[in-house]
Amino acid sequence: MTIQEKLIALRTLFIKEILRFARIWVQTIVPSVVTVALYFTIFGKLIGSQLSDVKGHTYMDFIIPGMIMMSMITNSYANVVSSFYSSKFQKHIEEMLVSPMPNYIIIWGYVSGGVARGLSVGIAVTITATFFSDLQFENIVLLMVVALLTCILFSLAGFINAIFANSFDDISLIPTFVLTPLTYLGGIFYSIDMLPDLWRSVSFANPILYMVDTFRASMIGVNDINIYISLAIIIAFVVVLYTTAIVLLNRGTGIRS
Amino acid sequence: MSKQTPALKIENLVKRYKDGFQALNGISFNVKQGDFYALLGPNGAGKSTTIGIICSLVNKTSGNVEIFGYNIDSDFAKAKRLIGLVPQEFNFNSFEPIFEIVKNQAGYYGITPNIAKGKAEETLNILGLWEKRKNTPRELSGGMKRRLMIARALIHDPQLLILDEPTAGVDIEIRRSMWELLQKLNDDGRTIILTTHYLEEAEYLCRNIGIINDGNIIIDTSLRDFLDQLKKETFILYLKDSISSPPVINDADIVVYDEKTLEVTPKEQQTLEKIFLQFAQLDIEILSMRNKSNRLEELFMNLVKK
Repeated sequence: MTIQEKLIALRTLFIKEILRFARIWVQTIVPSVVTVALYFTIFGKLIGSQLSDVKGHTYMDFIIPGMIMMSMITNSYANVVSSFYSSKFQKHIEEMLVSPMPNYIIIWGYVSGGVARGLSVGIAVTITATFFSDLQFENIVLLMVVALLTCILFSLAGFINAIFANSFDDISLIPTFVLTPLTYLGGIFYSIDMLPDLWRSVSFANPILYMVDTFRASMIGVNDINIYISLAIIIAFVVVLYTTAIVLLNRGTGIRS
Repeated sequence: MSKQTPALKIENLVKRYKDGFQALNGISFNVKQGDFYALLGPNGAGKSTTIGIICSLVNKTSGNVEIFGYNIDSDFAKAKRLIGLVPQEFNFNSFEPIFEIVKNQAGYYGITPNIAKGKAEETLNILGLWEKRKNTPRELSGGMKRRLMIARALIHDPQLLILDEPTAGVDIEIRRSMWELLQKLNDDGRTIILTTHYLEEAEYLCRNIGIINDGNIIIDTSLRDFLDQLKKETFILYLKDSISSPPVINDADIVVYDEKTLEVTPKEQQTLEKIFLQFAQLDIEILSMRNKSNRLEELFMNLVKK
């Protein structure tokens, strides 16, 4: 295939993925907005108003970046894992496998769909947050870079989960038992400086910490970890997950007998 | 590419699944350009595995596959562009409108959106599905779903069309209309490979056949040569007038079904012309005749029973 033909194939898959989640926006976009609005009301307003400032910011302002990041993580992951697994389950993945489209286009097609949903939900949640606080944007370029890298990372993770999944149960195990705990323990609701030394050290093993921390730095200018180290770690995860995904797809793991 | 280059060339193809089951034991066969080739075999013989390997849906263990001279490993993009697959099972996104399904398939082949739209419209019209373009596959009948699979397979103008049991479960009327369509596609120059359990379908449509059994190609020849292997053939003759006793014909064995129906088995090397002549000499007029059983079916059963 020529480069132009590959771009057409990528565009086709990208638009197909966007239409897929846009057709059912009530199920894909709205729930995150409702959940986050409840978090803002309960933790930010009701409980947060009773708490002292965190690193010079109100508790509401402190948790908003983490909540936006949490929505982007869960949605980019959910979009790819459900879409790619459905294509395996209904066997319409064969439409792509019989075509001359290279495997890396298949991966980026699904990842771009996951990124689109992650960013769409991120924007919707950010708009919701404006009803609860006057948002700050300290470094808009950093914000966009971290948001994009995070959505790519979790889209790739969702893709790998879908490759190995053999049932719909398999696509909910990782989000329930890995993703959600890591997200909640990733510094959304607290600064890791508030933790005892042991748990502070353990937290550094959580990749989500680096994303939440850098995203918070881009919004309110507060961070626990050096931004460049965080970005390097996030990029390293993206590279490792992409390499894993392409190797699995080239081998035909989970899709070819 | 040269006219002599086979549309499909398979050499020593082996497939061993992870559980140790060997589905293909080093099969080799060619399909000529423009051919209508039937790949037959009982369930589990290796037909779908072979098709899966040709279309990159199944990983081969070893062997070589070429499509119009392009190797499916080293020239996979060129090889895949030449193949259209109509799989055995429905494999659509149940929630996607059928126009989108066909248009997106064109996109996967790098066809620009504007051209893809036009081709999707043209193909859906040919297959009689244009009126249903906004429906999802769940809203289509079984026959329409089959036609949608053909439309999707044709969207990029493949030179080799592979159909894995395309008429399974469809009624006679739809089957006949699909036969006409497939014949037209073949007449237009496309090479077609067909697997089917309806042997009369293979006999009606195909020029060459391959029979696969237990992972081995046991027959790869022209349909005419294959049918010539049938030493004896039995016909049912319907007579104009009743007869009281079985007629004595030197060159055939006769069994009387009833007073107006005979079962006639010509002896080896005897022509029907000679036998009809003897009936005429006995003043027995024949209204019509048919084969007692499908000829291909009879040979097929003999082969796979061995």
